[in-house]
Amino acid sequence: MVLSLGISKTMSLVIVVLLVAVVAGGIYYYSAVTAPPQYPSKPITFIVSWSAGGGTDRTARMIAALLENMSGWKTVVENRVGGGGTVGHLAMATASPDGYTVGIITFELSTFEWMGLANVSYKNFKPVLLYNRDPAAVIVRADAPWKDVIELTNYIKANPGKLKASGTAKGGVWDIGRIGWLKTAGVDPEALPWVPSTGAAPCLQELIAGGIDICTCSLPEAGPLIEAGKVKALAVMADERNPAFPDVPTLKEKGINWAFGTWRGVAVPKDTPDHIVKTLHDAIKKVIDSPQWKDFMSKNGFGMAYLPSSEFAKFLENDYKVVGELLKAAGYVK
Amino acid sequence: MFFEILQLILQPHVLFAIFIAELFGVFIGAMPGLTATMATALIVPFTYFMDPLAGISMIIAMTAVAIFAGDIPAVLLKIPGTPASAAQTLDAYQLGRSKPVETLSTDLVCSALGGIVGSLILIFTSPILAEFAVNFSTVEYFWLTLWGLSMAIVISAEQPIKGVLGVIIGFLIATIGIEPVYGYVRFTFGRVELLSGISFIPAMIGLFAIPELLKQISKPHEKYLVQLLRGGKTYEMISTALKKFKTTVARSSLIGTFIGALPGAGADIAAWVSYGVAKRVSKKPEEFGKGTIEGVIAATSANNAALSGAWIPLLVFGIPGDSITAIALGALMAHGLRPGPMLFQRHGTLVSAMFAVFILANLLMLLIGYLAIRLSSNILRIPRNVLVPLIAVFCVIGSYAVNNSLFDVWSMLVLGILGYFMERLGIPIPSVVLAIILGPMVEFNFITTLMKSDLNPIIFVSRPVAAGLAFLTIFTWVLPFIRTKKLRIKGSES
Repeated sequence: MVLSLGISKTMSLVIVVLLVAVVAGGIYYYSAVTAPPQYPSKPITFIVSWSAGGGTDRTARMIAALLENMSGWKTVVENRVGGGGTVGHLAMATASPDGYTVGIITFELSTFEWMGLANVSYKNFKPVLLYNRDPAAVIVRADAPWKDVIELTNYIKANPGKLKASGTAKGGVWDIGRIGWLKTAGVDPEALPWVPSTGAAPCLQELIAGGIDICTCSLPEAGPLIEAGKVKALAVMADERNPAFPDVPTLKEKGINWAFGTWRGVAVPKDTPDHIVKTLHDAIKKVIDSPQWKDFMSKNGFGMAYLPSSEFAKFLENDYKVVGELLKAAGYVK
Repeated sequence: MFFEILQLILQPHVLFAIFIAELFGVFIGAMPGLTATMATALIVPFTYFMDPLAGISMIIAMTAVAIFAGDIPAVLLKIPGTPASAAQTLDAYQLGRSKPVETLSTDLVCSALGGIVGSLILIFTSPILAEFAVNFSTVEYFWLTLWGLSMAIVISAEQPIKGVLGVIIGFLIATIGIEPVYGYVRFTFGRVELLSGISFIPAMIGLFAIPELLKQISKPHEKYLVQLLRGGKTYEMISTALKKFKTTVARSSLIGTFIGALPGAGADIAAWVSYGVAKRVSKKPEEFGKGTIEGVIAATSANNAALSGAWIPLLVFGIPGDSITAIALGALMAHGLRPGPMLFQRHGTLVSAMFAVFILANLLMLLIGYLAIRLSSNILRIPRNVLVPLIAVFCVIGSYAVNNSLFDVWSMLVLGILGYFMERLGIPIPSVVLAIILGPMVEFNFITTLMKSDLNPIIFVSRPVAAGLAFLTIFTWVLPFIRTKKLRIKGSES
């Protein structure tokens, strides 16, 4: 074979050696050397309901990688994508409760039953911990005439149907944020019609282009545009101000007692023994206290949060209830 | 900023990804029947597990080399390796009979030059266009997506009616799942897996790879025996050709970039148009088709330029310019990167690094391409009865890997068989693919626009840019009727 090449024998040998070296180098680069597992005794699979490379997936892979580093556990991240998140959440809920299948649950879990998409809710899980919260915010164009969110709320009340808002699909997290804000302020949510969008980025673009008037997505999502002076945030629907956006007041400060947003957490099937939940909680708590985690979260614009198992359980129950009430009020429940 | 970008693209795993992708591109491009589009669909599932830059770099590098490598069998066997090499095959083969290495080397340099010119245009125009596109609302997007679909029909089909059929089939495939405006569930037959629709990447693998595999199986076994290639006066030929035809290179690269940027038209159409223009302005048009390097240069600069050009509408508007960027769109979305003006605002550094990769990939192509030329007789000797089953395995693994779902493997197979019959009936698969991507955008933008105006249709022409795009779209519809001389253009898969 070598002789049939149009080049000399030495030359082809050099080429082959170079090729082999590069390929081998690359394979070596990719294959990380991992420590032998101590406890738990086999790899833990993390199920993510969203695509590889998306926000939830990136946080899950970070947790898995840091667990391997810090606790020496062997981890696998598995994406079970489809059905608007139902496929993955169903897979987590029905996994065997031995602690070897752990779910990354997301806000959408609070909506599946109400929207008639799948029979799965917080009741099917034992929560481990909550690690991320991104509250909704009220975002308008930089040249918008309203001084603060109260003026805007009054304007909406006085001119029903004149302004339009957007941020997600109908019944999505930012839509529920809008409904709750207006209901708490005593305004009919119908006075600010919702135009569905496929996410925060296209919605923000619509806002700048003048297609809509208000966007209720999270502050980090709007961050670059706030810095560029194209949009401004009138309020954030959180309990306290976001340290990265210290000038943006909360709705509560303005007298509208409403906080809402999206979240991500870790949970296991509901029959999992408590000592496994505790082991998992302690290991992951160590991960989210680490500087690598904090650096990763702030670099990617994810809000850091923490709730231990018991408080996370209360949080989930409340979120489910609130979401249900608002979806019913908006006529989305099927 | 500059060093940050250098740091990003010089990471070992990014360089390794580019290198491997280029090697893969050589094999796919040089193998007649295996197209760059199909190869893109096959590698995308693997890019899901890399960081976004490495993944996107693989697509950029692989396609650039595959489109060049398509000229290797054109020169040696008179068979274009990919449809994008069809325009120059006659000339390239005639030239190659006496000077194969020189012809291919000149071809390689012009391919790289075309690719670099196209990349530079992409780098300098897209941020400006993005600045402008920030002011686009759903009204403008409605017309833009509708225009893209119309172009896909008018340009790519030999018979527009078959293009229309393809678009309708694409629409139907895209309607499956939860509809994005009101959340109605359509055509799922109660299957949870279908709630979010047919998965895009498995569908692409099915539509682009399976029909070709089925065709290969049904063909008699051919052996490509090629003489070993000896180097000649390569450098002299390249430099004289470049000196003599530098305007051809420049013009063809510009034409290629522009045609690539048009939605629905890819590298193959760019090559045909550029070849046609070169023949018309040439001093010796009678030599075209009989072995003129001018024709080879015109077509090969244009098809590589078109690859980069196709990324302009993808990055600026989120509307793919050809089938390759349609698949790249799926890969970007999987990484949470939504193309459009916001991409430049939110991920500016990543976009700049991607731009740098375009240049780097085209430069590295000179090295890989030269190796490929020298080793071409060996590459062409890879037996098909090994290659075809290997690709079939990749199809299954790739479809499964995207979502870890066996259902996706079945979708891939079903769409593959559908694609085989569509191809036999002459329904252009690129039109189907663009409809799968653009169909939901047209629908979504149409309905949300009406929601904003409280159902007043005047909104569709209420803004100047929207009115302009509306005019353009309607002009495209009447184009086939007023076109006197019919341009004979074959299917637009590159």
